[in-house]
Amino acid sequence: MKTVRSMVLISHDPDSLLHGATEILERMQSEVESFGLADEVTVTTVTDIGRHDAIPMVIVYPEAVIYGPVKPEQVHRIVEEHLYKGRVVEELLAPIRELSGQIAWLRTRKGSLPAEKRIVLERAGLIDPENIDDYIIHDGYQALAKVITELTPKQVISIIEASGLQGRGGAGFSVGRKWTFVATAPGEPKYVICNADESEPGTFKDRVVLEGDPHSIIEAMTIAGYAVGANEGYIYIRGEYKLAYQRLEIAIKQARQYGLLGQNLLEKGFNFDIHIHAGAGAYICGEETALIESIEGKRGEPRARPPYPPTNGLWGKPTLVNNVETLANIPPIIRNGAEWYRHFGTPKSTGTKVYTILGNVNQTGVIEVPMGITLREVITIYGKGMKTTGQNQTATFKLAQTGGSSGSIIPASLQDTPMDFESFRKAGVSLGSGALLVCDENTCVVDLAIVLMEFFRFESCGKCTPCRVGTQRIYDILTRISQGEGKLSDLDEMIYLGENMEMLSNCGLGQTASGPVRDILRHFRAEVEAHIRLGLCPVGVCSMTPVMSEKQMAPESLAVTA
Amino acid sequence: MDTKIDENEIKNAVTKAIKQHGKSREALIPILSDVNQVYGYIPSAAFKEIRRQINNPPEDGYPQTPVFVSESQLFGLATFYQMLSTKPVGKHVVRFCESAPCHVMGGRQLFQALMEQLQLQPGETTPDGQWTLITTSCLGTCGVGPVVLIDEDIYGNVTPEQLPEMLARYH
Repeated sequence: MKTVRSMVLISHDPDSLLHGATEILERMQSEVESFGLADEVTVTTVTDIGRHDAIPMVIVYPEAVIYGPVKPEQVHRIVEEHLYKGRVVEELLAPIRELSGQIAWLRTRKGSLPAEKRIVLERAGLIDPENIDDYIIHDGYQALAKVITELTPKQVISIIEASGLQGRGGAGFSVGRKWTFVATAPGEPKYVICNADESEPGTFKDRVVLEGDPHSIIEAMTIAGYAVGANEGYIYIRGEYKLAYQRLEIAIKQARQYGLLGQNLLEKGFNFDIHIHAGAGAYICGEETALIESIEGKRGEPRARPPYPPTNGLWGKPTLVNNVETLANIPPIIRNGAEWYRHFGTPKSTGTKVYTILGNVNQTGVIEVPMGITLREVITIYGKGMKTTGQNQTATFKLAQTGGSSGSIIPASLQDTPMDFESFRKAGVSLGSGALLVCDENTCVVDLAIVLMEFFRFESCGKCTPCRVGTQRIYDILTRISQGEGKLSDLDEMIYLGENMEMLSNCGLGQTASGPVRDILRHFRAEVEAHIRLGLCPVGVCSMTPVMSEKQMAPESLAVTA
Repeated sequence: MDTKIDENEIKNAVTKAIKQHGKSREALIPILSDVNQVYGYIPSAAFKEIRRQINNPPEDGYPQTPVFVSESQLFGLATFYQMLSTKPVGKHVVRFCESAPCHVMGGRQLFQALMEQLQLQPGETTPDGQWTLITTSCLGTCGVGPVVLIDEDIYGNVTPEQLPEMLARYH
């Protein structure tokens, strides 16, 4: 991949084209050429800036500043000042909107577009996962040796705390704090559990680590056990990940042979061993208390909390539960130090994050980048743009869903928000597990909402009424809307059900399941209303009842209500 | 599909599973998974047999303490977890991922084609017992969606045109 320093995006939606965007593009290309920047700056077009108040617009990355409306004679100034000299041209900026406050952080990210930084995925795909020697040659088990021979458990925890590492399973809880809770909780024996249940739709980042670098998890769990005072670990892996299960089995066997698991590790008197427990197909078992219930041989129904696993976990004992990606960060942090880790990412969200890019982009897959990258960068640089759909027509970005099926729906206007826990929280958007589902204009939001709600309806454990009934009710309403039989009051009903589910559900599934529906109504209400008021699906996906019923055709039902 | 299941076979399958996983509470789901692996589902006679064997007093070679578990509790486990089935399945099981990523990447059209090709609705088995069609949740291979799982083989980037050839591989 050619490394470029800057990225220039020129709006090319139909309106912009009418306002001379083509000339802007030509001028930009020739100016970049004449300043000798052709190798360092890419110039592309986008059709989905997300706003139309100052077109034509020019977005420059990595600072994510938006210039507009741009006149042809201003292009020279932008190239000279901003791209060549590195100074943002304040007078030419489009009116600051929405999350510009958050984007202020991006402005300090001068000089280079975020390149991949592989910490978690450093070895995956490059070493033989079934060979422990390969792992050891690549700095494997050095962190464990350092921990056991040179550090006290308290010192280990303070390093993790100083690094600012936050949980990568979706909740983003401070890892150092969680380890402290478990370490100081009374009771024994204590347990360390690796949550390898990865069932969030769109997420397969953990699978890559488990299949490609299984020893990193073993090492991390052993370090965690040392730090919190546990001698037994469990890896709860979803039943469908058969290859990862095999590789882990081999890795554990090899680690035992080398004296890196079992009794008296490195002759220092510390015992630690790991069992692998396979799940049997239940999304809810990714929730930590449901996971624990499942290990205990019961239906995976989340427990009432408090108490939480750090004090009352597996078999009622203090238990540490961490996600695969979170654990994979531990050995590098121990080896290189907390300060090193803080260099990546933003001040409040340190380190890197593994994202899975999926949907209607040209290139799908897994990347690992410092926290704080924006969605637009992910789509343009790593996704290589929206997928061409026949006849070289590049599809238009419509929405993205971050963080899995319960994640937030992001419209085009929020594409420049940095993706870290802080900014996203401020924008009312959740980062979640790192799945990025990118949808083009052929996606009907009602159809998407049905698919999402069907998932939660099916995966709901059934224990608490708000979720069990709420998911079913919302699913029924959405289905009726997609068949052309919705009523406007259905929209209020769904919001009301969603609010109840959020407030009253026992666990995260029920609490977040209605999020996408709420986001869709916030950003795409007109499209949903078209299904109801006009009985048609603008994208042409939903199978509406072909003939409008007499009731629907009556003038009163089409009247605009106050 | 309605083949008579040999009681002895079940006994052996359960004994083998218990030997592999032990008799603790932790072992319950792995034992059920193993039996499911043998038959494609868990026959009702198996629940009885598991209950019988697991609630025996400890013998030599079984270090864990016996646990009281009833057939209904075992049934409760089998009906909760997606990979376990209490109903017989056809000779080949086609699992189609119906989650959002696969759906958006062409899954919607593919699903229509799949149902047409097999002449089945999800949950049904063909009259000759050859195929069962089931929908599943995300399998964790979303980078190559839409995804179809036939028995233990996973297929990615599937288009409707590829279906006849894919299905023809299984006899």
